[in-house]
Amino acid sequence: MALINSSILRKIVMALSGLFLISFLALHLTINLFTLISADLFNEASHFMATNWIIQLMQYVLAIGFVLHIAMGIQLTLQNKKARPSAYAMNKAAANSGWSSRNMIVTGLLVLFFLIVHLKNYFWVLKFGDMPYSSDYELVVKLFENPLYTLLYVFAFVLLGFHLDHGFQSAFQSVGINHSKYTPAIKWLGRAFAVVVTLGFSLISLFFYFSSLSN
Amino acid sequence: MDLTLKIWRQKNTSSAGKMVDYKVTGISGDMSFLEMIDVLNNDLVEKGEDPVAFDHDCREGICGMCSMYINGEAHGPDRGVTTCQLHMRKFKNGDTIYIEPFRAKAFPVIKDLVVDRGAFDRIMAAGGFVSVNTSGNTMDANALPIPKDDADEAFDAATCIGCGACVATCKNASAMLFVSAKVSQLALLPQGKVEAERRVLSMVEQMDKEGFGNCTNTGACEVECPKGISLTNIARMNREYLKASLTYSEK
Repeated sequence: MALINSSILRKIVMALSGLFLISFLALHLTINLFTLISADLFNEASHFMATNWIIQLMQYVLAIGFVLHIAMGIQLTLQNKKARPSAYAMNKAAANSGWSSRNMIVTGLLVLFFLIVHLKNYFWVLKFGDMPYSSDYELVVKLFENPLYTLLYVFAFVLLGFHLDHGFQSAFQSVGINHSKYTPAIKWLGRAFAVVVTLGFSLISLFFYFSSLSN
Repeated sequence: MDLTLKIWRQKNTSSAGKMVDYKVTGISGDMSFLEMIDVLNNDLVEKGEDPVAFDHDCREGICGMCSMYINGEAHGPDRGVTTCQLHMRKFKNGDTIYIEPFRAKAFPVIKDLVVDRGAFDRIMAAGGFVSVNTSGNTMDANALPIPKDDADEAFDAATCIGCGACVATCKNASAMLFVSAKVSQLALLPQGKVEAERRVLSMVEQMDKEGFGNCTNTGACEVECPKGISLTNIARMNREYLKASLTYSEK
């Protein structure tokens, strides 16, 4: 990490790793939405993801993407704190900037906490644990019988939405894409993506929670 | 109107400062913010106390000296103005006003509300110039056609007065808006393009050395900038920097 000494190069790494994680999210959401269509379809997609060699290889790239994004995010925040050693007695940050843009480290770290729980819930069980159920679909369904997990997941998706709302458009600015024609569209697309991700993932969690109640 | 002022008092760079309360009375809405402080300082001098030190020069919004953080915003609540252009009619009788210096590690407080913005000068010295021979054989301006749009954009960037409001406002104390304006005003014009790669690399290197924070694209700087310098300049600098760091052969 120390190799990248320039503030702008660090921002570019942050942006590119973020955009890569966004592409992963889009794929993840698409496959998850299959659960709402049919159990077989989801199981088949899940099996494909677990066996296809390109996907298996990309898993490691994805892990590197996460580590880079998180480690650099923390490093940048620590440096930024050092750049203003004494705080203002009165600071009206809301007068000139959005909440999500000022709290990327907060939403980011909370999403990281969720990620650890999430990996333990699914990835760990499927990869290394004793799989207690007959299908991946059942593993999904069973988790959301627990209201606490459902609540934690939905809360995390809302935080992720705020993180994406700023992160998506910010990534383009960091790599130097800012244009009077395209930037408004990029901002709109980022917000739409954030809403779709939050609502899409939340819908799945809530659907299975409420289905479990009616059974 | 009568006002309560909470002003940062600090003897020198090494001493610890604190907020001190003052009362001013009979302030007219037509006074500028600096004139209001002149009134306070008159009172303090008459009472034999140390007047509040603050920077000012032109008092017409172009020198960029008045480094005050007023009620939680650089240059106060008005938009597109420096402190000298902020009028007291923006406040109400009985208001409490917080007045602090611009705060950043790279802008050490010299005294009270006066900060040292020498970091900006050092960034300029690192590359914010065009090397041309001006010894009597200057080229005729009309001999080098420049598209109007480019000239306008360069001029917009060049309106930056280096006041440091961007740094003061940024939650990361980042100087990206200032540096990007200075990089842009030269990179957009043919005279500046010759040294564009070396310039952006050197200026960013100096910016990092001075201890400014990293840009997180909150956009606060653009809102608080008295000259309306746009975030598009930061994107341009990012582009220029990426290109230069990939292709520049020296260093």
